Amino acid sequence: MSKPKVAFYWCASCGGCEETVVDLAEDILGVVEAVDIVLWPVAMDFKYKEIEDMPDKSITATLLNGAVRSTEQEEMAHLMRRKSQFLIAYGSCAVNGGIPGLANQFTREQILKYNYEDAPTLGNGGQKIRPQLKSTEDGRELSLPELHNVVRSLDQVVEVDYYVPGCPPTPNITKTAITALLEGRLPPKGSVLAPDIALCEECDRKASKPTNLAFTEFKRTHQKLIDPTQCLLAQGVVCMGPATRSGCGAQCLGGNMPCTGCFGPTSRVRDQGLKIMSSLCANVAPKEEGDISKVLEGIPDPIGTFYRYGLAKSMLRRKVNLPANGK
Amino acid sequence: MKPIVPKKHEPIRIGFYICHCGTNIAGMVDVEAVAKYIGTLPNVAVSRHYKYMCSDPGQELIQQDIRETHLNRIVVAACSPQLHEHTFRMATAAGGLNPYHFQMVNVREHDSWVHTDRVEATRKAMALARAAVMRVPHHKPLEVKKVAINPNVLIVGGGIGGIHAALTLANAGKMVYLVEKEPTIGGHMAKFDKTFPTLDCAMCVLSPKMAAVGSHPNIHLWTYSEVAKVDGYVGNFKVSVRRKERYILEDLCTGCQECVNACVFKEPKFQDEFNLGLGKRKPIYLPFPQAIPPVTLIDPEVCLNFKRGRNPDGSHTVSDKCKKTCVEACGDRKAIDFKQQEEIKEITVGTIIMATGFQIFDAKRTPYYGYGIYPNVYNALEIERLINASGPTEGELVMRNGQSPKKVAIVHCVGSRDENTNRWCSRVCCLYSLKLAHLIKEHTEAEVYNFYIDMRTPGKSMEEFYNRVAEEGMHLIRGRVADVYPDPNDGTTGRLVVQAEDTLTNKILKIPVDMVVLSVGLEPHPEAENLRRMFNLSCSSEGWFLERHPKLAPVNTFTDGIFLAGCCQGPKDIPDTVAQAGAAAAEALALIDKGHIEQEPNTAYILAEECSGCKSCIPLCPYTAIAFDETKKKAIINEALCKGCGTCVASCPSGSIVQNLFEDAEIFSEIDGVLAD
Repeated sequence: MSKPKVAFYWCASCGGCEETVVDLAEDILGVVEAVDIVLWPVAMDFKYKEIEDMPDKSITATLLNGAVRSTEQEEMAHLMRRKSQFLIAYGSCAVNGGIPGLANQFTREQILKYNYEDAPTLGNGGQKIRPQLKSTEDGRELSLPELHNVVRSLDQVVEVDYYVPGCPPTPNITKTAITALLEGRLPPKGSVLAPDIALCEECDRKASKPTNLAFTEFKRTHQKLIDPTQCLLAQGVVCMGPATRSGCGAQCLGGNMPCTGCFGPTSRVRDQGLKIMSSLCANVAPKEEGDISKVLEGIPDPIGTFYRYGLAKSMLRRKVNLPANGK
Repeated sequence: MKPIVPKKHEPIRIGFYICHCGTNIAGMVDVEAVAKYIGTLPNVAVSRHYKYMCSDPGQELIQQDIRETHLNRIVVAACSPQLHEHTFRMATAAGGLNPYHFQMVNVREHDSWVHTDRVEATRKAMALARAAVMRVPHHKPLEVKKVAINPNVLIVGGGIGGIHAALTLANAGKMVYLVEKEPTIGGHMAKFDKTFPTLDCAMCVLSPKMAAVGSHPNIHLWTYSEVAKVDGYVGNFKVSVRRKERYILEDLCTGCQECVNACVFKEPKFQDEFNLGLGKRKPIYLPFPQAIPPVTLIDPEVCLNFKRGRNPDGSHTVSDKCKKTCVEACGDRKAIDFKQQEEIKEITVGTIIMATGFQIFDAKRTPYYGYGIYPNVYNALEIERLINASGPTEGELVMRNGQSPKKVAIVHCVGSRDENTNRWCSRVCCLYSLKLAHLIKEHTEAEVYNFYIDMRTPGKSMEEFYNRVAEEGMHLIRGRVADVYPDPNDGTTGRLVVQAEDTLTNKILKIPVDMVVLSVGLEPHPEAENLRRMFNLSCSSEGWFLERHPKLAPVNTFTDGIFLAGCCQGPKDIPDTVAQAGAAAAEALALIDKGHIEQEPNTAYILAEECSGCKSCIPLCPYTAIAFDETKKKAIINEALCKGCGTCVASCPSGSIVQNLFEDAEIFSEIDGVLAD
């Protein structure tokens, strides 16, 4: 019997998710033994053509990480969908848009203009050159993928079978997901392969959380010496734990840093940012508008704080109301 | 009949009904078109329009359709749920379904009554109905919960309204806590001389009722006390009452007033609040002879045995510098206690009646009438005291200069029907002004001029009273007084000129008078705003407590179990106050005698498996219904305390609190339905 075929692919991502696969350490050997890796651009050399030539659904599972923000990525998302029995959104960017999704606060023009014309670190001897979709070099025509208007999560582009959250997904849940896949013990389609309870459940600091937080100020991590035993919210540091899926083992808390929400919301929540804002803001101690604003000044970047990984999938409107890939 | 339990995966069959409400809805909404359109939507099995859905045949239509066409969800588009949601839920239940497999759409208040474009109003009705049709498949069968009711009643305010309600309830065998802020009950009525239109003496009718309250075994009378805190809900309110220190032990005082006679101040020297400062009292005093309870009190601000001024906590310090002749006089009764401290009493009651009354308009806010500037300008309540036989002048109407007035002007509508002060009509002023005119003439033979805008005398025997007073030879002048100023031809007596236009003869009148009486209007009590917050009531924009429905629920409030009596709800005379107090008592009795409260099952519950125990919800609950289970490390909601406000549901960061009738799926499909055009 031939081994199941598995593919790893990356779209708009930092590469951290690929690292996690390697972070399986010796367990990776078991995976490699059990499967036939047909595509893994970060580690091995394959040609897209080889995938295109495969019969549809011939890959058992594709773990795709990264958000979709260019024509090439969209094309590959469709290709991998066609060739795979199971398409798995792997990591926060594929699941909810992730950090690249924060770009949805700006129009494509703003992004291109800043990065290729206005940024103080530009080289090119002062020349303001934008990437061209087509150019000719030595008589040969070269092409580049085009940037979309907005960043999308994988399931906003193609149908997704399962989700493995995290920035990056922790080795434990990666291993659980791969094992479940290989053994055919799969939950209902569309499930997130992580516990459906918020992080406080598995946080060592849970007992130290007071009943009434009554925030009088918010501090960022660099503004405060954080007590490593006490609930961060009790110390006035925004922690996304109450609004975030568990499964990571509260590792950031273990490193004396707050949860930033990378595992995304539970299955019962449509918009993680809205939920944590409802909860935190309702617990602000002052009740007069001016005093409330003063407390909230401690959160200078609410989008980056509450929607760090989920803006693309959130209910908030995007900056531009244009078709994702149109002009 | 056993309710039909929908089988799993049973196809949804919705019955939709839109009501014409005569022409209330059909006049602005094309109900036929709405019914036709809704009939085309998925899951809709029956779609009809009918003249009056709330009528018996309308309700029967629903029941018949449920039986004959096997509907399992009902949507009615009609008036507001406040009016008829219950009606249609009952009709749904009578047809054999769970009453909560029903959704109401308001196409009257939210649509036909507020729009003028028939096409757009029809489109809106379609959108609202579509939202309900998309929502109702998600509805789950729910059960009404019954919670026992505490039979005790709290009545706030001991004026005639509070007194009447207290006696009605106490006579019916219910335990009543009557809390009054002043040292005695009686309210404004105890200050009046005679009452219109019968001219019977106010105190003669009031004092027996006051005495009955004082001695009633079922009434805990707490005067000189204020409600400090209210928690809980209908059937089970937890109330803290602050009993202020009067330095007299109520149980030991016999009301003999020997302490007052024995006080080191031989003569009354201090402003007497009950007589609006027109008389004097001692530091130890009884507000008036018929005060209930007949218990004196000490004013620590002026009593020699106290240091002047207050401690930071508001208390007073004993100086022990007085000879304490009062204590001597009290003797073995030992009723005087200079160390008495305020006390907080915690009580549990099932229902509350608000009878907190009003305040009179402060005439200083209309300086052109000279109140507080010219000594001979009085407000009407002061005149009540001056002509009252037990008042500071023992019923002799004399001015501050000791003289009896020969000419008196009564100015109506001071602080009423006035753009600059209060727009409302205070309802009682015309009649009390006529009464005062009669009494002033009776006491002094003076010429009395009544200046009115309109003479408003509705009510039984009131117009007859007006005729009677008019025939007594009053000058009744239709015109608003523009100015009151010192008579330039008079140097010393303080005579005033009242200037007004007589609008019937179109003449400017300048009438010199000795005394001006300002018929001040009624205003919401200064504490009304605090009380409103404390008791979670609504107020009209003027500040009167808002009744649940102006016609059909005039003594109910939007908070279940709290009722209104008297002028806290709006200006009214004594008969209306007493009638309303009786109605409020009856409403409270109806709840108490039923023995239990039926609780709307729109409560929230925690998904125990999914709750991470983050505690975010606990401090937010306005009803303190959420607790933290220390063994399971999860939050739990006490369903009996939950009022279904949804605060915790919205704020649960992991979406682990669900509210019946407001589940996410229900709300989101409703939104989708409204927007799907």
